[in-house]
Amino acid sequence: MADVKQRIDEATGTSTVGHEWDGIEELDTPMPRWWLWTFYATIVWGLAYVVLYPAWPMVNRATEGVLGWSSRGDLEKEMAADVARRAPVMSAIAATPLADLPNKPELMQAAVQGGAAAFRVHCVQCHGAGGAGVKNLYPSLTDDDWLWGGDLASIQYTVTHGIRNPDHKATRTSLMPAFGRDGILDAAQIGDIVSFVRTISRQEKASASSARGATLFADNCAVCHGAGGEGGRQFGAPKLTDAIWLYGGDRDSLTATVNQPRNGVMPRWDNRLDPATIKMLSAYVYSLGGGEKGLAPATEGAVEGQGADGQP
Amino acid sequence: MASPEDLSGQLAPLYEARKGVYPKAVNGPFRRFKWAIMAVTLAIYYGTPWIRWDRGPYAPDQAVLVDLANRRFYMFQIEIWPHEFYYVAGLLIMAGIGLFLVTSAVGRAWCGYACPQTVWTDLFQHVDRLIDGDRNAQVRLAKGPWGFEKIAKRALKYLIYLVIAFWTGGAWIMYFADAPTLTVDFWTGQAALVAYGTVAVLTATTFVLGGFLREQVCVYMCPWPRIQTAMMDEKSLLVTYKDWRGEPRGSVKKAQAHPGAFGDCVDCNQCVAVCPTGIDIREGPQIGCITCALCIDACDGVMKQVGRPRGLIDYCTLDDAATEKAGCTTQPIRKTLTRPRTLIYFGVWVAIGAAMLFSLGQRTRLDLAVQHERSPLYVQLSDGHVRNNYTLKLRNMETRPRSVVVTVSGLPGAAVWTEGGAREGAGKAVTLTLAPDSVTRLKLFIAAPGVGPVRQDFTISTRGRDGDPRGDSDIIQFDRPEAGQ
Repeated sequence: MADVKQRIDEATGTSTVGHEWDGIEELDTPMPRWWLWTFYATIVWGLAYVVLYPAWPMVNRATEGVLGWSSRGDLEKEMAADVARRAPVMSAIAATPLADLPNKPELMQAAVQGGAAAFRVHCVQCHGAGGAGVKNLYPSLTDDDWLWGGDLASIQYTVTHGIRNPDHKATRTSLMPAFGRDGILDAAQIGDIVSFVRTISRQEKASASSARGATLFADNCAVCHGAGGEGGRQFGAPKLTDAIWLYGGDRDSLTATVNQPRNGVMPRWDNRLDPATIKMLSAYVYSLGGGEKGLAPATEGAVEGQGADGQP
Repeated sequence: MASPEDLSGQLAPLYEARKGVYPKAVNGPFRRFKWAIMAVTLAIYYGTPWIRWDRGPYAPDQAVLVDLANRRFYMFQIEIWPHEFYYVAGLLIMAGIGLFLVTSAVGRAWCGYACPQTVWTDLFQHVDRLIDGDRNAQVRLAKGPWGFEKIAKRALKYLIYLVIAFWTGGAWIMYFADAPTLTVDFWTGQAALVAYGTVAVLTATTFVLGGFLREQVCVYMCPWPRIQTAMMDEKSLLVTYKDWRGEPRGSVKKAQAHPGAFGDCVDCNQCVAVCPTGIDIREGPQIGCITCALCIDACDGVMKQVGRPRGLIDYCTLDDAATEKAGCTTQPIRKTLTRPRTLIYFGVWVAIGAAMLFSLGQRTRLDLAVQHERSPLYVQLSDGHVRNNYTLKLRNMETRPRSVVVTVSGLPGAAVWTEGGAREGAGKAVTLTLAPDSVTRLKLFIAAPGVGPVRQDFTISTRGRDGDPRGDSDIIQFDRPEAGQ
């Protein structure tokens, strides 16, 4: 403290600390004693904390603390508490047949929410967020066009057993022949069939080609897709008269499909998910907007749609 | 005060013990005013949760209730939902501007009269006087040895402190739950842990801050005195010792011996004795002065006894002090208070209050919020129509069930429905029954012809079907696939 010029400040009667910066000095006002006690209290608190809680970092992990607390343990407790909280609803869903779910709006709502959570884990990889599907690869689950059926029971069956699982007997399966690749039809014939399909889906006007295609369709395709192309759900054969095309409805895409069909697959889930989760997934997919009333779900008490001619 | 030479070889103390403050009892108009304010503020604080207010079967009947669990704030006939929190923000802004207004007009009146720290300190100091006696007895007791009397008196006093502190902490939690129920729950051990914790913390802080730290809170901890110091100007009222009238000080005897040689101050130290923060107002304005005006009462009493005019210590602005010192007449206090600065503060304060009242009267109690579902943005339907999905949040903010209708306009050929597989029953509107005081979340499906603009704005609106047709509407977008998709 060589050049320290401590002095008493006249206005306050307090000593200065002795430093000066361009004429500005600092008063050495003593701390109030309660502050000192507060400081001691924080030291005591700190020591107690070090003893009670994880504190000193060691090689592998911190010292454990006598209370044995850990954030991982906290999380486990919270997760267990949440499982316990959901247990009554989960067991109620497990005990309720899927067909009865829509009659219990609260249970249905819980199932849809649980299904949404499960969907985000197991299904979004292919079917996309919100079940929007991926064009040319995986079908949308939100529209009103279903390959294997869109009522609750059909959805549940599809989720349970999957589609075209070679090692599973109950799986949904069918095989559209590769008409072009395997030489069943020649390129001209395939072109005619494509013309016919585009005619019945009102994308093209009838032509000589489509008239030839009609005969070929009746011989080769109608057994699965139906005489008028209305589709056949027992074979997962898509409806060919509507506006929805999984693999594209233009000439090139249709030609490619007839040439060499994709025959998409979906894993079965009965060996990975419990029946209650599958039930919830079915309810969720059903709720996305395209659900079909194969099981005639009752309207919710509070929410009822008006008829087309209904006035508010 | 030490002289500069004393500093050689000695260090200033690192910590300073609190100097005891033993304010003397005083009577006078300002003391009575403080009594009245203490009575009113404490009555409001302790009593408000117990006022009942009938809101019908679907809402609590407590007049003022901050229902954190259900996220509702009730204040008499006003019910505020979380999304209306701007009303609380408005109240806080009004409180802030109100403090600016008060400070610019009458200085630290908040500190002197209405601040909880002041009110509770005042209350605890009355307890001191009740148990230990007035100033002199308190000083004697503090300096005296720890005998039976001192231990007994201290124990009794701290017990009373504790009771007041506990009652204060207990009253706080009553604002957050039904007061009678919570009281029973509290004493039967059924209340939430957070209730006990809150009471414990508030009891401790009241006990320590009101019983022991007192003026140290104002001097060391509170930012408000510093802010106020910056906000006061030369026209703000301050408790002022009129040194031009009082100095030099001298006793009555001295003044009689030397007429004309002494000022009005008889140096009786009564202003210091009654000060709840233990300062000497005669040293001028200072951070420790909370302008409680008790020294004015004390000094006026003395002046009356010695036959001199009152107001040696008085509320006075810096401007008036200079005028008076120069021997001129000061302007009336009414003029000091109504100057542009105070009027602007008052104007802003009133404007915010009026705007809030107006919007309170105008706000709708049926609220609609629409979210367009993004994944997928649109769904191609098999008949060529396009469907968009929306999430509706319908807030029924009245404490009665409502029957409402949701309609769509500006979207030709639209059909709406609310349930996954119910397009067959879709129409132009959906009717709903909303539970009282609740939010209904709803998925709304809207299908419209596939030919049309890629993005189209339209309106979803809701209104009551039960006599009150007021409602709410949202403009939202309908998306269609772009050509070629």
